[in-house]
Amino acid sequence: MLHIEDLHVKVGDKEVLHDINLHIDEGETHVLLGPNGSGKTTLLMTIMGFTNYTITRGKIIFKGEDVTTMMTHERAKRGIGMLFQRPPTISGLKLGKMLTAISPGKKENIPELAKSVHMDKFLERDINKGFSGGEIKRSEVLQLMIQDPDFVMLDEPESGVDLENISLIGTAIGSLLEKDKHLIKRKKSGLVITHTGYILDYLDADKGHVMCEGEIKCHGNPREILKDIKQRGYKECLECRHQ
Amino acid sequence: MSRMPSPVKVPELSKADQDRVAQAGIDLAMKNRCGSYLQMDQEIVQAECSQQGIEVLSFKKAMEKYDGMKEYTWQAVSPEKDDITKYVAAQKDPKGYVIIAHKGSNNILPIQACLYLGREQIQHVHNIIVAEEGAELHIISGCTSGAHVGKGGAHYGISEFFVKKDAKISFTMIHNWSENIEVYPRSASIVEDNGVFLSNYVCMQPVKKIQMYPTATLKGTNAVARFSSVVISLPGSYMDLGSRAILEGKGASAELITRAITKGGTIISRGHINGKTAGTRGHLECKGLILHDGIIYAIPEIEGSVVGTELSHEAAVGKLAKDEIEYLMSRGLDEAEATATIIRGFLDVKIAGLPEALQRQIDTSIDVAEKAGF
Repeated sequence: MLHIEDLHVKVGDKEVLHDINLHIDEGETHVLLGPNGSGKTTLLMTIMGFTNYTITRGKIIFKGEDVTTMMTHERAKRGIGMLFQRPPTISGLKLGKMLTAISPGKKENIPELAKSVHMDKFLERDINKGFSGGEIKRSEVLQLMIQDPDFVMLDEPESGVDLENISLIGTAIGSLLEKDKHLIKRKKSGLVITHTGYILDYLDADKGHVMCEGEIKCHGNPREILKDIKQRGYKECLECRHQ
Repeated sequence: MSRMPSPVKVPELSKADQDRVAQAGIDLAMKNRCGSYLQMDQEIVQAECSQQGIEVLSFKKAMEKYDGMKEYTWQAVSPEKDDITKYVAAQKDPKGYVIIAHKGSNNILPIQACLYLGREQIQHVHNIIVAEEGAELHIISGCTSGAHVGKGGAHYGISEFFVKKDAKISFTMIHNWSENIEVYPRSASIVEDNGVFLSNYVCMQPVKKIQMYPTATLKGTNAVARFSSVVISLPGSYMDLGSRAILEGKGASAELITRAITKGGTIISRGHINGKTAGTRGHLECKGLILHDGIIYAIPEIEGSVVGTELSHEAAVGKLAKDEIEYLMSRGLDEAEATATIIRGFLDVKIAGLPEALQRQIDTSIDVAEKAGF
């Protein structure tokens, strides 16, 4: 599904990602762990094609196609989607209008899908204006449900969300990633950034990676890595045997 | 009993000009209107209303019928205000319309007033709009010029509004002029106890110059005024716009909202709320977007002179935020689609208390601009 090779990324004049290599197969969900400022969000924004993130070396292959220089919307149309940790507020633009704009032909599904994530009363509200943490994440999930991407990137889907909402959001994300289907029938893939690991209860992640200082330092079983980090912090993780 | 309104007969208008009239919100078929006033240059083509309790008259006819309309004529706007008012006051044969919603009347379908500038160098009108006690009156005013007004022209319009006790007037004005037309509306309203005055202004098309600063004086207890303006200034357009609310009655409140976009033209967005009495409230908001180099000059003024008046304002002028555009692009919209979607949202001002048909008309005017490419 996604293959990243020797990726180097600059933000402004500073290189912030160095030699990233990552391979995610169809149906797999990977977890990206790492301390704050290690470059996790940068990697997701780079995969999505945001213009502040300049690829200086390496390539991103998505479903066999080189998307390294493609614009953001072209990547989205090919099936890459992202749940943002802190999406912008768009004053005046109603959530319902935005969903209609991004879903030609699926307009009739919007009320039903909105209801399923308790966002039906937010369709006439400006996007993210005055939304709580949980509402922002539910709005993001709703947008992804409409968009229905093949590869879903989730930037801290549980941050700022209470336990009740984590269950709702986790279940919806699980459905986006076809976790309700048998392993061999899953076609959707994911890459999830998490600090707490709560979201993993809903996702059955296949692999974990630890990012530190702009590099992927460690790979392995996501639950084991998370357990290690919780017990020992990131210092020992940097010396991981899988490096 | 109400009767069916007649379709407007305008045989002189070409198809292109009929389209321009329609873009200004005028429904020539009269399907969703209960009355109509149409003035082409200085000729009054139609003045009628099918709604019981509401009269649409030419200015001249109203003067004859109501003994000079002394209670209203030049009572909200001073004839000595400036050269424009002096010019209109000096006319021997004044044109324009008088709309009176008599006590307790209510029009569900709006009345339309179309002021069309074709051949004349100056079109002048003097309009008086009255909602008597308990009446509710909705008007859409479409102002436009012929597609081929080569030599240019000017429109001088005096409008005096009187909102009596417990009455309501909504006045939605859509301008669809052209590059060589200058427009000088001079409007004022007087709002009495529990009266509501809604003034909505939309201009998405080019104009040489507009200068207007309508004022609402809220004399009555709990009187309300809401002004909203949604404008785009194209290259060569000079738009000096504003609105003012004077809060005199106890509990009076006003809201002045502007959304302004320049694509190369000039917009001066003025606003003034004057809180003169305790227990009054006012809020002024101007948001501007500069899409291409042009000028947006916001001048919000709030003035309070007593303890207990609460006034606020916010003004912001900027560009489209890149992170917002890219956010929508990450959902699959290309850059142009994302930009148009954000601009459409920016211009999407919903006016509390406005009938759905009129809100739809405002939305349609903006839709036309969106389809042409913001």
